[in-house]
Amino acid sequence: MQWLNTILQGILLGGLYAMFAAGLSLIFGVMRLVNIAHGDLIVLAAYIALVTVQALGVNPLVALIIVVPAMAGIGYALQRGLLNRTLGDDLLPPLLVTFGLSVIIQNGLLELFTADSVKLNAGAIEIASIQLGGGLAVGTLPLLQFGLAVAVIGGLQWLFYRTALGRAFRATSDDQSVAQLMGLNNAHIFGLAMAISLAVVAVAGVLLAVRANFDPSIGPARLIFGFEAVIIGGLGSLWGTLVGGIILGVAQAIGAQLDPGWNLLAGHLAFLLVLALKPEGLFPKVQG
Amino acid sequence: MPEPLLEVRGLDAHYGDFRALFGVSLDAAHGQIVAVIGANGAGKSTLLKSIAGMMRARRDSVLFAGEPIGDLAAHAVVARGIALVPEGRRLFPSLTVEENLLIGGRLGRPGPWDLKRVYELFPILAERRNQPAPSLSGGQQQMVAIGRALMSNPRLLLCDEISLGLAPIIIRDIYARIPAIVAEGLSLVIVEQDIVQALKIASHIYCLQEGRVALSGEAGALTREKISAAYFGV
Repeated sequence: MQWLNTILQGILLGGLYAMFAAGLSLIFGVMRLVNIAHGDLIVLAAYIALVTVQALGVNPLVALIIVVPAMAGIGYALQRGLLNRTLGDDLLPPLLVTFGLSVIIQNGLLELFTADSVKLNAGAIEIASIQLGGGLAVGTLPLLQFGLAVAVIGGLQWLFYRTALGRAFRATSDDQSVAQLMGLNNAHIFGLAMAISLAVVAVAGVLLAVRANFDPSIGPARLIFGFEAVIIGGLGSLWGTLVGGIILGVAQAIGAQLDPGWNLLAGHLAFLLVLALKPEGLFPKVQG
Repeated sequence: MPEPLLEVRGLDAHYGDFRALFGVSLDAAHGQIVAVIGANGAGKSTLLKSIAGMMRARRDSVLFAGEPIGDLAAHAVVARGIALVPEGRRLFPSLTVEENLLIGGRLGRPGPWDLKRVYELFPILAERRNQPAPSLSGGQQQMVAIGRALMSNPRLLLCDEISLGLAPIIIRDIYARIPAIVAEGLSLVIVEQDIVQALKIASHIYCLQEGRVALSGEAGALTREKISAAYFGV
């Protein structure tokens, strides 16, 4: 029963990892940009939520109404103002620039908020749980997080495959120069993709901040979790990313159950195992 | 000759240090079909890419309906009403046939062309509408590429080597639809290696040779000898 509970908690945690991963995957898919600052942007979103909660005295989940559009705006401006200039045939400039961005965000947050770890308080919902019977129980908050993750991934899937904007994303991903012939302005399309990516980051950042303590230095580890979830699931597959996140979450939960120190190690081992056995991921996008 | 819709005036083009076009001039009037012929590497595709904005040119070296558009980006050129069917078709492989067509029409320019009209022109595409674009035959893919360009309701359609890599019977089939396209009131500039096909359909011919216009004139007035002399540079 204890193991069942462990796996259940791991699955719920996986939803959060899938959200770390979804924004990363979207950006890579549309413009072949590996955003090294992704984890730090998650932490930035958490701090914007912190400021919003302190200033307005609202629940962190309500603060999403402000944090999501704010991060989307930052994403669009960042893409148009900086990242578009790094894109080209060479993959290295965007890597270097986003790495630099990661350093700047970490140190900026350190200056503004110190290295003290903080946490957002979501109120009574944090300790509420639902009894599943037989000694099994799930926290309301983790369940809500998982539900949000599924909704976000489902929403992205719908956006990509059922809307005109999604068609424009896929066309631009296929062939940038011909996409321009369709009247698509790549600079704008990339800006919109980054805006959506950071809107997802905003949700992930707030959920992270409610779930556990955070400080300016934790971004890179979140990037690794997101990256591992993307690779496990297979590049370009959003539902695969959710499964990747769940596998990572379950592996970490099982590791922690065996020995508290094995938490992260077990996640990385699961990632290595998938990489060794199925390097293209479990659900690679089938190209015609 | 009626008032020109497209006027190319002394157009130059470069690929790095390599100069591909030397002061090329060309006119296309409303409703006219103009063919650009020439050997491989003569600069035919470069000419179309420059007009379509895929390669930037001097502002006043391309005039469209009297407006200078030479320095506009491709996405702005298509908004003015110029569509390019690129060499090699270049469909979006992760999109279905219908999605490829829809993305061509995303600007919503008013005009006669919509999904229904494109499917009337190429009925086979209606049957294949939900298939991924790469699953179609070469000829069908070319139909999608033409349909995708028409969906933007252009006033000028640029076609780059639509016969390339296709069987003669398919080429004839595709060329047979061109009168129906021109009947909707648009002008056509086609780049074609198949000279016989080009002479049959075009009213005016330009022959490029090493980046320069070696010969131009009414299709009927050009003799075979003159064309082959300009084509091969002998």
